[in-house]
Amino acid sequence: MLNLDYMWGLLPVLLRYLPLTLQMATIAMCFALILACLLAVVRVSKVPFFNGVALLFISFFRGTPLLVQLFLFYYGLPQLISALISITGVTAAVLGLTLHFSAYMAESIRAAIVGIDRSQTEAALSIGMTQSQLMRRIILPQATRVATPTLMNYFIDMIKATSLAFTLGVTELMGATQKEAAGSFLYLEAFLLVALIYWAVVEVLSWGQRRLEIYLNKAYQR
Amino acid sequence: MISLQGITKRFGDHTVFHDIDLSLSQGEIIVIIGPSGTGKSTLLRCINFLEKPDAGRLQVGDLSVDTQRASRADILALRRRTAFVFQNYGLFANKTALENISEGMIVVDKLPKAKAHARAREILQRIGLAEKADAYPASLSGGQQQRVGIGRAMAANADVILFDEPTSSLDPQWVEEVLSLMKQLAVERQTMIVVTHEMQFAREVADRVVFMDEGGIVEQAPPEELFTAPKDERTRHFLRKILAPMGQPVP
Ligand SMILES: Nc1ncnc2c1ncn2[C@@H]1O[C@H](COP(=O)(O)OP(=O)(O)OP(=O)(O)O)[C@@H](O)[C@H]1O
Ligand SMILES: [Mg+2]
Repeated sequence: MLNLDYMWGLLPVLLRYLPLTLQMATIAMCFALILACLLAVVRVSKVPFFNGVALLFISFFRGTPLLVQLFLFYYGLPQLISALISITGVTAAVLGLTLHFSAYMAESIRAAIVGIDRSQTEAALSIGMTQSQLMRRIILPQATRVATPTLMNYFIDMIKATSLAFTLGVTELMGATQKEAAGSFLYLEAFLLVALIYWAVVEVLSWGQRRLEIYLNKAYQR
Repeated sequence: MISLQGITKRFGDHTVFHDIDLSLSQGEIIVIIGPSGTGKSTLLRCINFLEKPDAGRLQVGDLSVDTQRASRADILALRRRTAFVFQNYGLFANKTALENISEGMIVVDKLPKAKAHARAREILQRIGLAEKADAYPASLSGGQQQRVGIGRAMAANADVILFDEPTSSLDPQWVEEVLSLMKQLAVERQTMIVVTHEMQFAREVADRVVFMDEGGIVEQAPPEELFTAPKDERTRHFLRKILAPMGQPVP
């Protein structure tokens, strides 16, 4: 049966790697949000040329597996660009997660922007606001509220996706588990424990997400 | 003084109107009537540059703009001098009633926030919504939302307020409060151009009624004249169709 003592002893060992996992996800999320907003605004305002670039970018990063993208950045690109030879696994993972998730997030943000009724845009222009004032003061604040629940989902996905970084030699939560399991041969216990850790983290975030949604649904009702 | 000279608007190869001239003096109130699809909204939108005209000049106060050579600055200046009230209000959902009114003063006129809010409170008082200052549009009735829409237009301190069917989306019980606010503005001699199907309002308030049909302005006259003795057959036909069901006298 399960060796519970082993699992109990392993827990603090693995938890030491949780901060790295969360850090990678948080940093990638911040960059991805910025990039996704840029992509979405370019797509919505149909800036010539850049719109095409954005489309191509989104299509590629949604159309290929994240693992392939990570290998491409870590093992592939340094062969082409020698400056990248010293890229660390963590950097490559954060870069890959950023680009991959920004492509998905850009589409949700775009949908949220497009969903805001056109009459507000016309009203803002009619009182003499510029396009960028309109975006900053009227459209983006509302789009953010609409898109937030979806973006939270992507953050949760991203935390789970950081586990792929172990394939780039990063010792994060998954990498550490792999090493411990290889030493003890107690694979079931080790991987079950790491699954429970991911699950617990995601549950905490989901709870936060539900609270946030209740708050957002009340927005602008006063 | 507002004047439109030779304003033309096309969508693709459909010419909505051609070579329209129209002028208003300070404090004048014009009501535009006409069948659906004849370009009444488009004309108002051209004055505010929400649509770019295909030819003509626009003059508002001392600002005169050749619509074909208008710079970004010209367009913004023109918009600030011509406030717009929309059929479906177009209130900013993320802003309170007060902020909807103060937004333009803060962002466009660059007034300090405190000053803009003080002015917005005066306007809320005038439109009878002082106690709704902190309410978001979603919690206001249609009539209240449209009054805020009018308040936002008043805040622009524009030379003219353009109303595009301001009561057409309202439930019947809210129509009167919006019309009476517009009448109050009329008493204060606010220059305005109103597109509406409210013929009673046109009779009472308009200095001049403009009838539009396919391609442009057919005729214009003071209401007592246009409603009783229209010169053009198309005007007569339209008035009969719209006035008879309301039980109003037809020409
Ligand atoms: N953005 C647009 N693109 C193409 N055609 C348009 C556009 N806006 C208006 N039109 C056309 O221009 C004509 C005039 O439309 P407009 O909305 O100005 O009429 P209206 O007199 O305001 O009608 P209503 O009384 O129904 O509001 C119509 O034939 C309409 O289909
Ligand atoms: Mg119309």
